[in-house]
Amino acid sequence: MKFAIQVNEGPYQHQSADTAYQFTKAVLEKGHEVFRVFFYHDGVNNGTRLGIPPQDDRNITKQWTALAEEYDLDLVVCVAAAQRRGLLDENEARRAGKDADNIADKFRISGLGQLIEAGIQADRLVVFGD
Amino acid sequence: MTDEAMMDDEMDGEEGVIKKFLYVNRKAPYGTIYALESLEVVLIATAFDQDVSLVFIDDGVYQLIKGQNTEGIGVKNFSPTYRALEMYDVEKLYVSKDSMAERGLTEDDLIVPVEVLDNDQMKTLMEEQDVILSF
Repeated sequence: MKFAIQVNEGPYQHQSADTAYQFTKAVLEKGHEVFRVFFYHDGVNNGTRLGIPPQDDRNITKQWTALAEEYDLDLVVCVAAAQRRGLLDENEARRAGKDADNIADKFRISGLGQLIEAGIQADRLVVFGD
Repeated sequence: MTDEAMMDDEMDGEEGVIKKFLYVNRKAPYGTIYALESLEVVLIATAFDQDVSLVFIDDGVYQLIKGQNTEGIGVKNFSPTYRALEMYDVEKLYVSKDSMAERGLTEDDLIVPVEVLDNDQMKTLMEEQDVILSF
């Protein structure tokens, strides 16, 4: 089956950020396809490379990056939600005149249309959040 | 790159597929950003020519209430945008009968025309959908 995943909550603040990752990993390990993971609302904060969780805790961003490397996952951060919350890639930072970017490896910033496209293309869109 | 420009790139190859999209709005308009960002998804999605419906349940019914005044909390009042949905051919707006009754609301309290559904009708509506986005 072809899944699309929507992540609506920020890392560490909310269990659903972990659950979304665990679900995605599980379906991939079962041999299903994940068309795209779309990060929205505070979920965009899962894509910052500047988080420093305690060493004896999981690093959610690194978990996503590793999963994306293993399965060639498409991790998309919503541009509108990201701009509000200060999650930038190099292009966005330059365009907005900011002095830094903070997006993690394997994440990319794109539009909400990518969420709708995922809904159209996937057999199931699974939403994680409150 | 703007959302709109990115969308143009994404539109290719999507022609012909029409799915039933349902946006479920469950939260009060202010206090959290879910309602506003849900509305942003709906507006962008109109460009994809899908079969769109919106449902308002629980505190989500407050999103449509008349006379919203956000001056005291320093947040933008985005409720006029719901009236603009019609221009984007988003005309299927449903509210939960129970959620309205629990909050002492009637259709006259809302800024847009809606269809009031009881729980069985709501269940049927949800069963008919291909994609449900819950906010």
